[in-house]
Amino acid sequence: MGRSADNPLKEALADLGSVTVLFLEAVRSIAAKRFRFRDLVEQIHFIGVKSQSVVLLTGAFTGMVMCAQFYIQFHKVKMDSAVMSVVSVAMARELGAVLTSLMIAGRVGAAMAAQLGTMKVTEQIDALRTLATSPVDYLVSPRLLAMFISLPLLTAEAIAISLVSGMSVAVFLLGLDPVFLWNNMVFYTWSVDIWMGLIKAFIFAGIIATIACHKGMHCGQGAEGVGKATTEAVVAASITILVSNFFVTLVLNKLLIYQE
Amino acid sequence: MIEVNQLHKSYGQQQVLHGVNLQIDKGESIVIIGGSGCGKSVLLRHIIGLVQPDEGDVKIDGQSIADLSERELIKVRRKFGMLFQSAALFDSLTVEENVGFLLEREQTLSPAAIRETVADALELVDLGGTQAKKPAELSGGMKKRVGLARAIVYKPEIILYDEPTTGLDPVVADSIDQLVIKMRDQLNCTSIVVTHDTRSMRRVGNRVMMLHQGVIHANGTPEEIFNSTDPVVHKFVNGIADPKDLEF
Repeated sequence: MGRSADNPLKEALADLGSVTVLFLEAVRSIAAKRFRFRDLVEQIHFIGVKSQSVVLLTGAFTGMVMCAQFYIQFHKVKMDSAVMSVVSVAMARELGAVLTSLMIAGRVGAAMAAQLGTMKVTEQIDALRTLATSPVDYLVSPRLLAMFISLPLLTAEAIAISLVSGMSVAVFLLGLDPVFLWNNMVFYTWSVDIWMGLIKAFIFAGIIATIACHKGMHCGQGAEGVGKATTEAVVAASITILVSNFFVTLVLNKLLIYQE
Repeated sequence: MIEVNQLHKSYGQQQVLHGVNLQIDKGESIVIIGGSGCGKSVLLRHIIGLVQPDEGDVKIDGQSIADLSERELIKVRRKFGMLFQSAALFDSLTVEENVGFLLEREQTLSPAAIRETVADALELVDLGGTQAKKPAELSGGMKKRVGLARAIVYKPEIILYDEPTTGLDPVVADSIDQLVIKMRDQLNCTSIVVTHDTRSMRRVGNRVMMLHQGVIHANGTPEEIFNSTDPVVHKFVNGIADPKDLEF
């Protein structure tokens, strides 16, 4: 594909179009069940199981640090028992999905781009095509579907562990009453808060997998091309997550109505 | 039958193919020769639809493939087997999984039948017993043989060989040539071999085409090409450098 190097806007729009086409093609492939179940399970294992340490550490320490920080502020106005309700709502609506997605973009997105990029430069993707196999069916669909399944679950896990760790800090380190903390947390955390986090994780899953696969499949030649594609995949996915998070939040705030 | 009509392809400012025309009949064994970077591999990739032409057309059994979508091309590519210059084995799969890749995807054979077919294909390339190995454990020549087994296991009508002997020592290169001849004779398929190895050209081709400056410059039997008085062909087949290239 001829690219005009002196027109970055045109190049960015071409990339956006190409990513969108890849995403739609992969969704069609998933709907038509053209992927192998074994590949899906392997990808779920790679994304879900092998990311456990990263997600648990991220969730746990975020919950702990938020609890410690909110306590200092809330203690000034004698609202100590509201600490965990704020941690819970913040994690459920925002931080659980965003932080987990950023960590997965770094760990899994980079690996996806590097793997597909290496396959591209060693002609393995062309070999797939000569073997009457669509690279989208074989490579992209299982990764995208596995990401759609795994990321919301990892987000839920990160939220849960952040609450457990935050509660532990509040009770054992700060000496707060667990009953008040728990009651306030449950009272102020609504199901729409959790839905918002999970829907965001689902959207971010599509962003990470599609951008990583696209960067890998369109990488330049040699080791330099693979390295560049890997870096670009992580940067592009992370920035897209952060920017789209704002717009997704606006839309979900309109759509998900609190019911008293 | 393969027909290539007025094929043009450029990469940026560099025009690689400049109106290539050729016709290959069923069962023919064609060798495409030409200097490094003259567009031989690009031509081969057009024939199997891996590259879209800027202009012109490629027809496989009368069907034009230039404007087919990727999904439509999948059906056409089922007629082809291709051996890549680098073998392009899937490094995460074993030799058995590589060779049986398409059979396993199509699921028309039972797992036991696939194993048996793969074992037969590996025997054909003298690599019986290597099923459990990973590509990283194989030498360059072995990789090419596995690539060849993968290309022929589903008995394609047309086999494309991209520089099958490049980078191999003369003995291994000879064994690959013998395999190409064996495939041609046993499977009775159409073969297109891209190479700049003139020894290989003489052995495996019924007809030789020379690609030069983006067009088919010469077309004939191996003997006709070797005895050609055309200066470009003569210099190439005899390995004579142009005096201009010797000015350092």
